[in-house]
Amino acid sequence: MTYRIVFSLFFGIILFTLPSEAARIGEVVDTNLWEQIVRFFSFRDRAVVMALIGSLLIGLNCGLLGCFMVVRRLSMIGDTIGHAVLPGVCLGYLFAGTRAPLPIFVGAILAGVTASYLLTAITSTTRIPKDAAMGIVLSSFFGLGIVLLTYIQRQPGGNKSGLDKFLFGQSAAVSMQDLYLMGAVTLFVLASLWFFHKEMLCFSFDSNYASTIGIPTGLVNVLQMTCLSFAIVVGIQAVGVVLVSAMLITPAATAYLVRERLPQMLRVSAILGMMAGAFGTFCSFLSTGLPTGPFIVVFATLIFIPTYLFAPRHGVLRKWWRNRSLQLRTARENTLKAIFHVFEKEGFVTEQVGLLELAQQRRQSEEEVMKSIKELEGSGFATVSGEQLVLTPSGYQRACEIVRNHRLWELYLVNNVDIAADHVHDNAEQIEHVLNHEMIHALEKELDFPETDPHGKPIPGWDDLKRGSSTDSLKPEGLGLASLYKRPFQGEDS
Amino acid sequence: MIDFLLGPVEMISGDPFGFLWIFVMGVVITLSCGLVGAFLVLRKNALLGDAISHAILPGIAVAFLITGSRGTWGMMVGALVAGLLTTLFIDLICRKTRIKEDSAIGIVFSFFFAVGVILVSLFAGNVDLDLDCVLYGEIDFLALAPLIEIGERETLPIPVAMASVVLVIVILTIGFLYKELLVTSFDPTFSGTIGISPTVAHYLLVVILSLTVVSAFESVGAILVVAMLILPGSTAYLFCDRLSRLLLSIVPISILSSGLGVYIAVLFDCSTGGAMVVAAFLLFLLAWVFNPGRGLIAQWRHKTKGIQSFPEFSDGMAE
Repeated sequence: MTYRIVFSLFFGIILFTLPSEAARIGEVVDTNLWEQIVRFFSFRDRAVVMALIGSLLIGLNCGLLGCFMVVRRLSMIGDTIGHAVLPGVCLGYLFAGTRAPLPIFVGAILAGVTASYLLTAITSTTRIPKDAAMGIVLSSFFGLGIVLLTYIQRQPGGNKSGLDKFLFGQSAAVSMQDLYLMGAVTLFVLASLWFFHKEMLCFSFDSNYASTIGIPTGLVNVLQMTCLSFAIVVGIQAVGVVLVSAMLITPAATAYLVRERLPQMLRVSAILGMMAGAFGTFCSFLSTGLPTGPFIVVFATLIFIPTYLFAPRHGVLRKWWRNRSLQLRTARENTLKAIFHVFEKEGFVTEQVGLLELAQQRRQSEEEVMKSIKELEGSGFATVSGEQLVLTPSGYQRACEIVRNHRLWELYLVNNVDIAADHVHDNAEQIEHVLNHEMIHALEKELDFPETDPHGKPIPGWDDLKRGSSTDSLKPEGLGLASLYKRPFQGEDS
Repeated sequence: MIDFLLGPVEMISGDPFGFLWIFVMGVVITLSCGLVGAFLVLRKNALLGDAISHAILPGIAVAFLITGSRGTWGMMVGALVAGLLTTLFIDLICRKTRIKEDSAIGIVFSFFFAVGVILVSLFAGNVDLDLDCVLYGEIDFLALAPLIEIGERETLPIPVAMASVVLVIVILTIGFLYKELLVTSFDPTFSGTIGISPTVAHYLLVVILSLTVVSAFESVGAILVVAMLILPGSTAYLFCDRLSRLLLSIVPISILSSGLGVYIAVLFDCSTGGAMVVAAFLLFLLAWVFNPGRGLIAQWRHKTKGIQSFPEFSDGMAE
């Protein structure tokens, strides 16, 4: 579905721009900010439209391919290839004598391929780690590129080569030929993703598995890297060699934080990439001499930051909040458990717990106990009157559940995992807060509805839990547990 | 052909002092970068060098905007702050989310660099800083740099003096903390157990890295610094098995690459910074191919002779 939309969008763009002639934004003398904004959004200028389309296509390509790089932990490959194409760009210019897209494209691709082979050669024949090898290839090729670039610029006429636009990107300098090239590359990338979607997905997440089920992983890797080099080489038009890696990484990483499945991640990343491209083009259009690439990158990062903080599942603040509520819940449940232990010690004759008893049980000061009791009262698990505390029905139920979880788990560890009975407490202390109903049912079945834990203490049965939830259970004779946990759970209506 | 190759020699002997300073500057920055970078290579942190060398750009730009001049101290502080912030943000992203370290590095440094480029291009008229400086550096214009007097008659260009101070700081730091850096680089877990914090060592390295990068920034630009950081250490790593020898062999490497770089720059009339990187890369290639113990040729001969006792590549090094 998404692919269909993207395809039709793409062809629409191509048809829309087909009859036009190349025009340069630079030829138009800029006036003031407001007029520039109007000019941009009225889409009167062919040049504006072309620049915008170029950035959109690049954002689409990089957004899509970046997902695979982020998932494969190869993010810096984009940076390496991005820097490494510079000597190829210069050689292409030297060969053709003009800034025609095709020779530059061929030169850049050759340089990118050489760089990736060199990278493999260094890592496979020396002990230099992969990241250092990337740094070597990246900076050496860039150095070579700078040497060639300064050499060209000091030649007669070289100053007007416009090659320096490749360093930081200038989407306003997109020509019709550039656009055709970008369109071809976009078609290639989309077609590869369309036809080899499953293979790429499987290979990116688990290359070993992919090869066992007969996917030619070597070929898939070559295809991915070819797509990547194509996208990078046309991408440097808009963002420049230095920042093209950000086009690959930032939208994809943002998508990685909000989506769990690769197809959805691809969709989000492509949209973010295109948005960033459009925004960057707009900003660089506002005044002369502003490069496009940095604005694209800044916009992409400005989307990343709130996602990093607020994404539903992986956002940092959300995670912090979840951890904190878990901590609070654990603390409450530990207090409830301590109250249950006090009841148990006294043989379930009273429903009241004194502050002092609880403090002794938990080995805490009275202030600390008071604080945790206030917490309980706030959550509706207990009522406090003076020095005495009474559990509400829901509080009593929760206390039973926790103790039950704890003791069942201890028994499970002793019986089924063969851990000594005096070693199981600490583990149960943690797991008791996260066991859910299904797991408890499964444990009970597995242990054949036990009545006592490894230490000989009774495990609260389902009746005790039910008792807690109905108000009439709070009878003067106390919570007489001993009579009730004889009968195991036999279904909801028992 | 010979005339062409000898051309630079004549030019250099025509103005020995100008080229001498360029050469000295090259040696000083390659040496300080190489010493710090060797640790980055060993710690598998090379891309952090890449990240910080890009990311100090906004720090420098903001320092320019605030102080209004190319004051050394402002630049140092700006670069330090930017370098530490980069490291901090990378840690924040890859420790708190499921994004891996490589993506985190990519996100942070490209954002910093982008902000830097925007600042420079917005305020290019106000400050004496432009994008060429970011890319090529100004080692070619060293002759125009202001001089300071030493003693009675001798003078020294200020960038050279500054870079030398940084080199001294780097050498002193490595000298005093040699054991700590060694142990945290090769076995962080062990160093934690004997009370040397790997995190503190990491941030210390980031501090001297930022200082080194900012001293080299003006001369070779933000991106070529990466080569200065990684290439000498990697070249030495190809044939050295001890950290002390590795660090010592960076000295001849930096002298050779600077000399060759000046020669290439004059030969092709191109950027000296770029030429020095190309020279350093040529040295790396030479070491890679011809290294008698483990070079490509040695490996190939071992293979064709079928010798089994091919030296093992070990990840770590002993001291």
